Amino acid sequence: MSANNHELNKFPWKHVIGLALSLILTLLALWVVVSLSLPTVATLTIIVLLAICQAFIQLLMFMHINENHGRGYRILAIAFGFYIAAVVVYGSLWIMWFTV
Amino acid sequence: METTNHTPIEYSTEEGSNKILGFWVFLGAEIVLFSALFSVYLVLHSHTAGGPTSKDLFEVREFMIETFLLLISSFTCGLGTIELRRHNVKGLVAWLVITLLLGLGFVGMELNEFITYVTVEHATIQTSAFLSGFFVLVGTHGAHVSLGIVWMICVVIQLLRRGVTPVTARKAFIIGLYWHFLDVVWIFIFTAVYLTGLVL
Amino acid sequence: MIENIKSFLGSFFVTGDPMIYGADASIALASIGIVFYLTYFKKWKWLWDEWLTTVDHKKIGIMYIIAAILMLFRGGVDALLMRAQLIIPNNTFLTSQHYNEIFTTHGTIMIFFMAMPFIFGLMNIAVPLQIGARDVAFPFLNAVSFWLFFLAAMLFNISFVIGGSPDAGWTSYAPLAGLKLDPGVGENYYLIALQISGIGTLATGVNFLVTIFKMRAPGMTLFKMPMFTWSTLVTSIIVIFAFPVLTIALALMSIDRLFGAHFFTIEAGGSPMMWANLFWIWGHPEVYIVLIPVLGIFSEVISTFAHKTLFGYKAMVWSMIAISVLSFTTWLHHFFTMGNTAMVNSFFSISTMIIAIPTGVKIFNWLFTLNKGRIEFTTAMLWALAFIPNFTIGGITGVMLSLAPADYQYHNSYFLIAHFHNVLIAGTVFGVFAGLHYWWPKMFGHILNERLGKWAFWVFMISYNICFLPMYFIGLMGMTRRMYTFPSGLGWEPLNLIITLGAFGMGVGFLIMVWMIVYSAKYGKRDTTGDPWNGRTLEWATSSPAPEYNFAHIPQVETVDAFAHMKEKGTADSIYKAPFQAIHMPNDSGIPFILSVFFFIAGFGLVFEWYWMAIPGAIGIVVCMILRSFKDHDDHHHIPAEEVEQTERAAGRLS
Repeated sequence: MSANNHELNKFPWKHVIGLALSLILTLLALWVVVSLSLPTVATLTIIVLLAICQAFIQLLMFMHINENHGRGYRILAIAFGFYIAAVVVYGSLWIMWFTV
Repeated sequence: METTNHTPIEYSTEEGSNKILGFWVFLGAEIVLFSALFSVYLVLHSHTAGGPTSKDLFEVREFMIETFLLLISSFTCGLGTIELRRHNVKGLVAWLVITLLLGLGFVGMELNEFITYVTVEHATIQTSAFLSGFFVLVGTHGAHVSLGIVWMICVVIQLLRRGVTPVTARKAFIIGLYWHFLDVVWIFIFTAVYLTGLVL
Repeated sequence: MIENIKSFLGSFFVTGDPMIYGADASIALASIGIVFYLTYFKKWKWLWDEWLTTVDHKKIGIMYIIAAILMLFRGGVDALLMRAQLIIPNNTFLTSQHYNEIFTTHGTIMIFFMAMPFIFGLMNIAVPLQIGARDVAFPFLNAVSFWLFFLAAMLFNISFVIGGSPDAGWTSYAPLAGLKLDPGVGENYYLIALQISGIGTLATGVNFLVTIFKMRAPGMTLFKMPMFTWSTLVTSIIVIFAFPVLTIALALMSIDRLFGAHFFTIEAGGSPMMWANLFWIWGHPEVYIVLIPVLGIFSEVISTFAHKTLFGYKAMVWSMIAISVLSFTTWLHHFFTMGNTAMVNSFFSISTMIIAIPTGVKIFNWLFTLNKGRIEFTTAMLWALAFIPNFTIGGITGVMLSLAPADYQYHNSYFLIAHFHNVLIAGTVFGVFAGLHYWWPKMFGHILNERLGKWAFWVFMISYNICFLPMYFIGLMGMTRRMYTFPSGLGWEPLNLIITLGAFGMGVGFLIMVWMIVYSAKYGKRDTTGDPWNGRTLEWATSSPAPEYNFAHIPQVETVDAFAHMKEKGTADSIYKAPFQAIHMPNDSGIPFILSVFFFIAGFGLVFEWYWMAIPGAIGIVVCMILRSFKDHDDHHHIPAEEVEQTERAAGRLS
């Protein structure tokens, strides 16, 4: 059954690369915060971007979000979730910080 | 993108593929659930009411170890899914058990962190709005991990009893999704709570 | 010792008001009556086998609707008590505390335990049939959803006689609803009951989304689905992404009240406004959760009784999708007056106006569907036609309220009350009544009496306008919402009197409707064809009431209005032609009911902070879930082909 499936019999490079990338990105984020003294806004922007990269690594390399078997609906659900999450977080901060 | 036309066993029945999609949709809802907790935490972050601040509390060494435990457990759990697709029940169970142990280590460290805050730093959920937000956001994630551990034990027992069937395969795949998702949430906790807590 | 017991009972049971004792007595009598009936007629086993353990979407739908009608009665009585209090100035019929409790339970029950379950009931009945499926994607989960809702509704309702009702409004704003200003168990009931029911609602959203995505009959692409199915799809998406925010809001307030945290308190840095923020992030999408499905119902009813395909199908669908995306960006208009910055208020003012556009598009689509149609004025159609002007009034006053500066004038006045009742009654209530008349034959196999139905319609609809139109004016005259009494001499007396008369008129309309249901059960015209309205969609292709397996053969779909097309082509009998095959169906299960009972026990324990009760309840929940996990490896059975044939023959489908 799995003989015709190339993917299953080789070394799991994708997962190993995924792990390596997430460890590197984590350490990079820590380094940016602890060792670089960038302005606060720059630091926060960089670490949030790194976190988003890591989330994509999990989704693509570990969770198989992109494989067949109903890909469209699955991506729709997660994408809409991220849209609402962005609205909730950004909207709440905008409203509750009373700045602009 | 994987181009295989081969259908993995967990998708082989209509019920299995429906339940997997249902679980993805549920994860979409979980994203929103955590986003609400994040927004509460971030709004209340500066509301320390004279109590300890995030800079006073967070220890780099501790939260880095927690992060590595969880990142590696996500990796081992992913290897489990590969074994699942090879129909190798022993390999799958072995990776799931390693994942479980790493998860237990994470929960243990988090509990230890909470207990230190409460007993040594006198920082409780009642001290300030900041701490209420902190304990509930991080605690909700920890509760999810603990639930995941109980759930994974149930799946392991069923795998040992029944082997890889369309039903057990679906369950093993879904608990894997759940576990990776908790790692995604932790990445954001690591960023928005711990690292940000060192900056702001 | 005896003193202790006495004082405990005195605080456990609500005392001191003759109306409460009346309620105690009637609850006790009704319970005894039900137990006696079930025992005397040996119906316990029937109740358990046919209803409590069922996973059949049609039976679950019926149970949702029965519960919703009961809750409509309870919420309606609350409304009438409020209006009785306000019939004359300086009235002393209700105390201020009692009045607070009643407007709180009225709002909460009508939204959570009437509108949503009514809609979910109709979805359960119609959607799997409309898409040609045998059941929903997750029948077991569907039963869990229902029983969680039902036991949460019971938990909420016993607050009336045990412990005391919540009294901080259905929005439960902090800090008023916090422990400092509102001690006692009332608010706990609100928080815990809504939490339990919300879990069920989220599960329903996931269930219907997957059902519609994955279980459609062959050939039914997304853009060939009936409009009610589309509206259910869009509603499910909103449910899935809005309800988690309510879950969090309720959980945080519960943690504040039970464990002394400071999310929404006024001391230790808490932020009461954060409650309003979270509540309305969920609350505005919630408005569309109870509105969009009825827009689907109206589309079905108008298209069926105008005997035309719906005008502008694609525009309808895209406007619903636009609403689902935009509905998450307007929430702040519920608290323009909380001192936000000018930019914030401007943004949410504009986004609110934008969302009126897709809604307006839909109104024109219905008008053009009616244009040149052969209109048949059935009761369902009357409700649908009445919806258009009445809802538009509510919609336009909504746009008035969306202007942030003007909102400072309207806010929290009766103008607002009139606006949202105009939208929610003319939208949701008219909609579920239309749906009830429309799908009743499919549920029970007989048609609701048209003459009584029309009486109920005219009495209810006219009274509704008598009740709510004057509220706009009395609001502009300065009467604010939630006033338990008003002084004389402000010129409010005549309008308040008229409003109260209108409210009681609606009560009469409701009673006529109940009589209509009882009368029709006995004398209603049987529906032997399965297609009493010359329907256009697949639910009318099977017999009435639909058999357990819905369709003997899964239909093949080619166009929108699949059944109308089949009838034109003469292939409508393809779904019940011999030979038959065995049909794969899910097993019944008692776990959903038992699980929900444990939720009730745990919830009751938390309300009273009795952890000796809450913890065993929680353990029961976990045990039920583990049991389910270990037992679901084989939870299906087959209906043999002969039984299918017998059923079809009994329905008169085989000659």
